[in-house]
Amino acid sequence: MIVFVLASVLLAVAFALALIRAAIGPTVADRAVAADIGLYVLIGILAVIAAATGRAQFVDVALIGTLLGFLATVALAALVGRQRR
Amino acid sequence: MTIAASIFLLSGATLTLLAGIGILRFPDVFTRANAATKAAGLGIAFLLLGAGLWIGTWEAGIKLGLAAMLQFVTAPISGHVMGRAAYRSGAPLAPITHLDDLALQHEHQEAYRRDLDDTSI
Repeated sequence: MIVFVLASVLLAVAFALALIRAAIGPTVADRAVAADIGLYVLIGILAVIAAATGRAQFVDVALIGTLLGFLATVALAALVGRQRR
Repeated sequence: MTIAASIFLLSGATLTLLAGIGILRFPDVFTRANAATKAAGLGIAFLLLGAGLWIGTWEAGIKLGLAAMLQFVTAPISGHVMGRAAYRSGAPLAPITHLDDLALQHEHQEAYRRDLDDTSI
């Protein structure tokens, strides 16, 4: 299906842009935000794969990824905010 | 059903791509976190809803709808937490920033602490 190919290409470009920011980001917080958006793009790609193949396993993985993504972001923010100004 | 799912999937992917462009081009951490939060909230929720509509079974629809709802609720929280942590770690603000309310608050707290130290001696 052309929809899946198009959505995957858009998501892949978004992932590449986030990866560039994670590489050049001047502060730790920049890299944290970029890694965060990378995880969200991964969840989006899992959703597209679930729709393309119709397998139920990918749906479960996407649900767990959403839950773990939030926890990872909060833990990362706690680590970033610990450095004093 | 298929058309609606296609629209959801494509708009979600487009929003995520816009967040990628924003995260690369915006000038400081806070605007980048802002762009990332928009995509994480609406873009991923659209993608999950589109996948649920495309598959069309109750099981997948409920799971993906729950995931989309959780994503929509937790994305603003994670964006706020990350911006706050970035400010506390001393990330520089963009030169075009006009107003920094937290800096004012920080100065007040410092002055208050100095007053406390003076009186305790």
